[in-house]
Amino acid sequence: MTIRTARPDRGQHYRPRMHCLKKLETFVVEMQDPKSGVKGSEQKLNVTTIPHVITGKDVIAWVMNKLKNTQEEAEAVATMLVAYGYIYPLQNHKKLVMCNDATLYRFQTPYFWPAEKWVAEDTDYAIYLAKRNIRKKGMLEAYEQVHYNHLHEWLNHKWDFIVMQATEQYKAGKERKKPDRVVFECQERAYWIVNRPPRRTHSAMDSGPDRLIDPTVDEKISFDQYRRMNIFYQQAIMRSKVKSSVSLGALVKFMTTHKNHDPFLAPCLPSNPWQTDNDTYWTLNMRRVDVPTRMRVERWSFSFFELLSDLGGRDDFKLFLKKEFSGENLAFWEAAEEMKWGTASSMSSKAETIFKTFLAPGAPRWINIDGRTMGLTVKGLEHPHRYVLDAAQTHVFLLMKKDTFFRYLKSPVYKDMQKKALNPEPHNFSAAQLEQNTRSRGLGIHPIILWQQEEEERAKVALASAPVDIKAMMSKVDRKK
Amino acid sequence: MCDQTFMAITFGPCGSCSKASPLMNIYVKNEAINYCSFCVEMMACQGLQKGESLASLKKESDSLKKKLEEERAKLHDVELHQVAEKVEVLSALSIKTRRTLKGHGNKVLCVDWCKDKRRLVSSSQDGRVIVWDGFTLNKEHAVTMPCTWVMACAYAPSGCAIACGGLDNKCSVYPLSLDKNENLAAKKKSVAMHTNYLSACSFTNSDMQLLTSSGDGTCALWDVESAQLLQSFHAHTADVLTLDLAPSETGNTFVSGGCDKKANVWDMRSGQNIQSFETHDSDINSVKYYPSGDAFASGSDDATCRLFDLRADREVAIYQKDSIIFGASSVDFSQSGRLLFTGYNDYTINIWDVLKGTRVSVLFGHENRVSSVRVSPDGTALCSASWDNTLRIWA
Repeated sequence: MTIRTARPDRGQHYRPRMHCLKKLETFVVEMQDPKSGVKGSEQKLNVTTIPHVITGKDVIAWVMNKLKNTQEEAEAVATMLVAYGYIYPLQNHKKLVMCNDATLYRFQTPYFWPAEKWVAEDTDYAIYLAKRNIRKKGMLEAYEQVHYNHLHEWLNHKWDFIVMQATEQYKAGKERKKPDRVVFECQERAYWIVNRPPRRTHSAMDSGPDRLIDPTVDEKISFDQYRRMNIFYQQAIMRSKVKSSVSLGALVKFMTTHKNHDPFLAPCLPSNPWQTDNDTYWTLNMRRVDVPTRMRVERWSFSFFELLSDLGGRDDFKLFLKKEFSGENLAFWEAAEEMKWGTASSMSSKAETIFKTFLAPGAPRWINIDGRTMGLTVKGLEHPHRYVLDAAQTHVFLLMKKDTFFRYLKSPVYKDMQKKALNPEPHNFSAAQLEQNTRSRGLGIHPIILWQQEEEERAKVALASAPVDIKAMMSKVDRKK
Repeated sequence: MCDQTFMAITFGPCGSCSKASPLMNIYVKNEAINYCSFCVEMMACQGLQKGESLASLKKESDSLKKKLEEERAKLHDVELHQVAEKVEVLSALSIKTRRTLKGHGNKVLCVDWCKDKRRLVSSSQDGRVIVWDGFTLNKEHAVTMPCTWVMACAYAPSGCAIACGGLDNKCSVYPLSLDKNENLAAKKKSVAMHTNYLSACSFTNSDMQLLTSSGDGTCALWDVESAQLLQSFHAHTADVLTLDLAPSETGNTFVSGGCDKKANVWDMRSGQNIQSFETHDSDINSVKYYPSGDAFASGSDDATCRLFDLRADREVAIYQKDSIIFGASSVDFSQSGRLLFTGYNDYTINIWDVLKGTRVSVLFGHENRVSSVRVSPDGTALCSASWDNTLRIWA
C-alpha cells in the first residue's frame, strides 16, 4: 500500500540548503582584508610567480585569533573553507584539507564561490573538459576522461554548442598574460575539484540526495493549507500549558536524580565495558539475575515508568502484587499494551481474550474501573480496534502509578530487594590486565537466543494462569472415576 | 509526561460522520469537537465560502499565530539558565575513541543500537547494511540493498530483525538469524511504501509496527506483518528528515523535523499534529526526545541546536557559538539528559551542557561529515557514523 500525498511530486531536484554560506562569505572577505586579514606573499611556482599566496599556518593562526578557539577547532574550520572551495591548495590540489604548516594556498575568486542559487551544471563541466582537451590533447585524468565520455554521450545533442563555447573560451584565454592565465586555470581547476570531486576527495559540495523544495524561493501557500494551519493554531491555543518554572524545574529534577546513573558523568560499577573491555557490567544487569545491583534497584524508585521499563523491576513489582492479590491491574495493562503494539490480524482474537479475562462480569481477573469507562470499553469492543482499550488502560495505569507504586516502594518486597542488592567493587585493572581483556572480550548471549528464552517463559506463564475450565476439569475427574 | 495527550479521547464515533474511528480533537468556533481525519480534511479542502478569500484566510492565520505566541509568553516566567544557576558545574569529561568500525566501502549514513547495548546496525551510501557486535568488532550480518543511499536503519526491540530503506522509497524488514551463512535478502519483507525517499525509520515498542518518515513530506505508521498502513501524518510542507518516538510510558506521541524548518509533535493514535515549533532558520536534520519525554532537542543546518519544552510549549534553550558555522546533522542525549551530543558537518562532535547552555567538550577524529550520533541504550557509550566510511564508539 502506498501513501498518496495531496501535494504533487514535483520531482526531487533541488540541492539541500546550505545556511552556512552567508556567514562563510563575510568570514572570507574579512580574511582577505589587506590590513587585518591573512598576510599573503609572492611565490614562485614552476616558472611563473603567483601573487597573494598564503600559508596554512597563517590561516589557522588567523582563524584561532578571530574565533577565539583552540588550534584543533581552527584547523577544522579552515579545512571546511578549503572543502567548500573558498581557499584552494596550490600543490596537492586533490586533497581538500588545511595543513598547519608551510603548505601554500590561495583565495578563490568570488566568481567561483559556492552559491545556493547556482549549481555547477553538467553543461559547464562539459565545456571545461572540452577546453582542457583542446589545450592539451589527452591530458585529462582518468576520472575526468570517464566523466567526459559520459557527458559526450548524454549531452550529445548539445555537443556542437559545447565545443563552440570551449573554443571561444580557449581563444579568450590565450589573449591573457601568462601569469593571469596560469592563475585562472588554477582557480577553475580548483572549482571543478570541489564540484566534481575525484574519488577519495572530500568536498563539502557533496551533499546527498536532492530535496523537494527550492530553498531559494518562498513557498506559495494555498487556501486549504491556510485552513489546516488555522485548525492547528486553534487547538494549539486552547491546549493547556504549564508555567516555565514548573516544567523547567521538572527537567532539572530529572537530571539531578539521574546524575549518578549516567555513565558519562559518574563511573559505572564495576567498570564501563567499553573502557576496560570487561563486560561484567552487562552480565550483572541482565533481566533474569538472582540479585540485581544497587544502582538498578535505586532506579526503580525514580518513577513508575523506570520500574516498568526494566523487565527485572517489573518482575519484582509482580511479586509484590501477587502478595497483595491485585495482579490483575498490571496483567490488564500488559495485555492492552500487547494489543496496541500487536499485529493487525491479531486484534479481534486479542480483544476477545481480554474481554473474557478482564472485563466480562464475573471474569476470573476482573479489573475494577468506573462504570463509564467500562461501558465505553465494552461498547468499543464490538468493533475491535487497537486503541479501543485506551481509556481503560489509562485509568488502570494512573491507579497503579498514583497508589500501588508508592505502596510498593514502602513494602517489605522492595526493602528486601534493596538489602539484598549487589554493590560491585570497582575494577582496578593494571595495564597488562587491560591488554589481556582486549584479547578475551566476552561474546555475551545473542539477543535472538534471549528472545527465544523469553518467548518460552511467556508461554509457560500464559499456560499457568489461563482461566481454569471447571467443566473440563470435572469431566476429567468423572472419567477417572 | 504530557498528561493531556494521555487523557485525550482518540477513538470513538466521529462528530461529523458518526463512524467509529481514530479522532482528532479540534475546535470549531471555540467549541471542542472530535472529528475523524477524513472529515477534518474535507473541512480544510471545501471551496472558498462567501466572504472568504486567500487574503482573509492568511490574515486569520497570522492573527492566530500571534495569539498562540501571546499564550505561550503568558506562562514564561523564568529562563533555563536562571533555573540552572543552582546546579553545579560539570567536571571535565575525558572521552576517547574506544572502537573504530571499518568495513563500509562508502559514506555511513545511519546507525542504530540494539537493546542488548553492544550490537549495532549501520547503513551506507553504496546500499550495504551491516550488523556489528561493537564490543568484539565482529561483523555478524551484511545485506546489500538494491538501492543506494540507505539513509534509514533501525534495530528491532527484540533484536531479531532490522529495518532499512532509502532511495528505493521503501522500508524493508530483514529478520536476522543465528545462522551466519543464511541469505538474509531471501527473507526480506517490504513494509513501507512512500512516493519519495525514506529519510528515517524506527520500530515502536514492538517488532510489529514501524514508523517511517519520507522525502514526500509525510510520516506513516505501518503494520509489519501485513505491510498495512495504519496511520499517516500530514502537516509538513517539505521533506521530513527525522523522527523520534517519545520514551514516556504512554508511548503515544512522536516528534518529526523537516526541511520546512518545523518540528511537529504528533499523536500516533489519531494522526493529529498536536504541537509545532518553527524557530529554526534552516532545515531540521535531527530531533531527539529528552529521556523523561517532556522535552526534545533538534539539530539544524543553521548551526544551532535547540531545546523545546513540551509542557510549556516553547523553545527554552539555543546551543550555538560564533565559532560553530556548519550545520548540525545529528543530536542525542546522554542517559541523565545533562549532556547533548551533537555531530556537525565540520567533521566534529560537540558536547553541550543542556542546563547551562555551554559547550563542555569537542571530539575530533572523523575525516568527513558526521552523519549520525547515537548513545547506547544503557548510556555507556556513544557511536558516531561518518561520511569517512567508519563508525567510532566513544566512551
